[in-house]
Amino acid sequence: MPKLLRPARSFGCGLLWLLLVFAGAAAGRPAFSVAAAAQPSALGDPFAGVVEQTLDNGMRVLLLREPRAPLVTHQVWYRVGSRFETVGRTGLSHLTEHLMFKGTEKYGPKVFSRLVQKAGGNDNAFTSRDYTAYFQTGPASELRRWMEMEADRMRGLKVTEEAFATEQKVVLEERRLRTEDDPVSFLVEEVYAAAYKAHPYQWPIIGWYEDIRSLTLADFQAYYQTYYQPNNATLVVVGDIDLEATLKDVREVYGALPRGPEPPRPTAREPRQFGERRVRVEREAQLPYVVMVHHVPNWQHPDCFALELLARALSQGKSSRLYQKLIYTDRLALEAGADYDLDTADPSLFMLYGQPLPGKTAAQIEAALVGEIKRLQTEEVGERELAKVKNQATAAYYQAMDSLFFRGMLLGRLETVARWTLAREFVPKLQAVTGADLKRVAGHYLVPANRTVGVLVPLKTDKPRREGFRPGHEIQ
Amino acid sequence: MWTSAARILLSLLAVVWIHFPGPSAAAGPPPLGEREVLPNGLVWLFSEQRSVPLVAVNLLLKAGALRDPRGREGLAHLTALLLTQGTKKRTATQMAEEIDFLGAKLSAGAEEDYAMVSLTVLKKDVGQGLELMADAVLNPTFPPQELRRKVQQLLASFDSDEDEPMVIARRAFDQRLYGQHPYAFPPKGTPQGLKAIQRQQVVEFHRHLYRPNNAILSVVGDISREEARELILKYFGGWSPGRIPELTLPPLPPLSRPETQVIDKKITQANILWGHLGITRQNPDFYAFQVMNYILGGGGFASRLMDTIRETRGLAYSVGSTFEPGLEPGPFYISLETKTENAGEAVALILKEVERLRAEPVSDTELADAKSYLIGSFPRRLDATGKRAALMAYVEFYGLGLDYPGRYAEIIQGVTAADVLRVAQQYLHPERYLLVVAGDRNRLPRLPGLVAAQEEKEKDDAEN
Repeated sequence: MPKLLRPARSFGCGLLWLLLVFAGAAAGRPAFSVAAAAQPSALGDPFAGVVEQTLDNGMRVLLLREPRAPLVTHQVWYRVGSRFETVGRTGLSHLTEHLMFKGTEKYGPKVFSRLVQKAGGNDNAFTSRDYTAYFQTGPASELRRWMEMEADRMRGLKVTEEAFATEQKVVLEERRLRTEDDPVSFLVEEVYAAAYKAHPYQWPIIGWYEDIRSLTLADFQAYYQTYYQPNNATLVVVGDIDLEATLKDVREVYGALPRGPEPPRPTAREPRQFGERRVRVEREAQLPYVVMVHHVPNWQHPDCFALELLARALSQGKSSRLYQKLIYTDRLALEAGADYDLDTADPSLFMLYGQPLPGKTAAQIEAALVGEIKRLQTEEVGERELAKVKNQATAAYYQAMDSLFFRGMLLGRLETVARWTLAREFVPKLQAVTGADLKRVAGHYLVPANRTVGVLVPLKTDKPRREGFRPGHEIQ
Repeated sequence: MWTSAARILLSLLAVVWIHFPGPSAAAGPPPLGEREVLPNGLVWLFSEQRSVPLVAVNLLLKAGALRDPRGREGLAHLTALLLTQGTKKRTATQMAEEIDFLGAKLSAGAEEDYAMVSLTVLKKDVGQGLELMADAVLNPTFPPQELRRKVQQLLASFDSDEDEPMVIARRAFDQRLYGQHPYAFPPKGTPQGLKAIQRQQVVEFHRHLYRPNNAILSVVGDISREEARELILKYFGGWSPGRIPELTLPPLPPLSRPETQVIDKKITQANILWGHLGITRQNPDFYAFQVMNYILGGGGFASRLMDTIRETRGLAYSVGSTFEPGLEPGPFYISLETKTENAGEAVALILKEVERLRAEPVSDTELADAKSYLIGSFPRRLDATGKRAALMAYVEFYGLGLDYPGRYAEIIQGVTAADVLRVAQQYLHPERYLLVVAGDRNRLPRLPGLVAAQEEKEKDDAEN
């Protein structure tokens, strides 16, 4: 079912990469040789065989043959997400994603997912701040049909007033479920709203409640016509495919769509922050929660690689710093971690978070998180620890590549927010990061003046009252 | 090559399974992998998968929460969690550091029916990974301070669970449905049970149940069978077998009429859970039940519940039906979250769909679509090393046989509309069910099924 996807943890990296043979496929390569695009070797670069094309209508195409099973993942990525929305109209990208399942002239309402599932496939879609993506995964024999269906709904969606109103209700339920009734999600939403004042990353992907309620069919139609164009999309196919035949199908099906007007690009830039910002959420909840974010650069800046390793040193695995200190040794936190995504369209946030154990306080968690930041700023990360985080990144990378879907997702996401070839440059650059880099970057970005702190303050801590069991009555 | 003993064993198993309507061995998809029993009784399963340089290893132990003694709920899970928290060779911190240095993942925990220790490791580190895994499984020391630490963390997690209404609803649902039976409690236990557990009980639990003749090991990935076998023999060959205590379980309490339970929380949605007991995994009706469940609410957008409740009326973001067949009859339930005021309408629609399924046969299209989905989606259950390793262990545990993929397709193909109608009538009970609603009691609509709860509330209000 359509759902929001919190941008997944960014891709990993690795020592092993240095041992690999790079089999060509430089960016912008106009044609391909099927021989060069053979199955990647077992220890090889999982993207060695990527074939890239740009259709005449501007649509980007990335194909990767991976014949381990007779399966394929077919994904269409649009460069549109909540970053493209405006005040008062938030949530439009996500609502559009839902409406994309409402059918076309050729494939009526409810037909789309049924056709996919009938063949044993699954399909879904997700919206982020930077992109909206649609996918089908399943038997490779279905690929041509899926192309025809996606191409059809890229330009031919039919949404009635009634369908719009129903889906608006569904999305309001989704918002209640995800945020209104979840105190920690609510806190994270407040923190983003405080950390960004000029950039659209300030609002939630799903949109503000009242915005969702007031969106109209006309809003949707204008948005759809603006962004659902081949020249604003990337097609990704990974799986058991014949490259020549697939490329022929792609040209026939997607190539038949006319190029649309160039969609506008958001231009907002978040200005520098001067001084710590704090938000407090007082709600019914059992335990407090602390979230701490800092403005940091994304993939466009070389410091992103050190930030990536800092996040792993802080929170990947049970030997990580936050686990060892806050959870294991000091028995302060039920949960603690750090998070950073370098593959975002605009500069992102470096987050630390923690939830105190009962009897401990939010202030203690905050002090402990700040203590770990200070340690990174004053002591260089040792050689063994640096090697460890690089090893963890390597393994995480291959673990992610175990899934066809994720391989496609990485290509689609990178191509949409940056360029897919970043996947191949990433590792050598990460290997070059030194202990001194980590110390410098922690000292530069993770400072109070660049920080927003959010605290969830539980309004009451008594458990909900549960009634005894008693027989009810039948309903009609 | 397999040993001749293993070959004989495999052929014996084939005889045992002969009552299943299966295709000939040559016709269907290839078996999931190979199977061998070590002299100490350890069943190990193997499948070579070379597409990524990883090896996934799963060790399933017949030591799940079903083995929790009454009053010590959480013992099985706690024992599994403590495997990596100190061994004869390593402290908890040393073990964490060594696992992380390899970039490996080693995790352990218990489900209802079994405990599972899982390892994912780069092929180049597979020897070190297995050594760590074996150390955790064979030599845990259960240090008292680590036990206290884990219990403290688990106790705190019950607090944070209170902020997840569906989790709370599910807990109340299971407790009523299962009474004194271990399925009444989540595998992580209960606060009372965890507080009562003594270290010696953990030691005994491990000593009795963590035995090779009570375990299934599956190895999948970028490794040859010979290499894998050598490593398995090296690290698990010396594991000594033991006598496995009998498992005795209390009877399940009856549910003879509709019962409603409201859990008051100041939230905007009603979190609704409707259902009753389901079936065991060994029940021959499993397959017809699965087809029925797909059509009712297991099939996402292809299901009747999603169509009625979400697509037509926009009442919920998600609605579905689930059955959790285990060694014992797991629950069957329908769940959804909807705006508090719509709770009654949603429950009425659930009942209507359940009754319809019992009253009239499903259409030919629905039946054909469900069957083709279930058969066609099977390969996706095997498309990653970790998934394959887990499925192999599951198939062995429930006695389904490594030729399961082929037989599965055959059995599903044979399910008829009459079978679906029969299982709906036999196993779905719109006249005796349990309804749990977590939500804002003051704003829940006054509806027949909720009358008792409402009256109770008004009584409370009068008293306060």
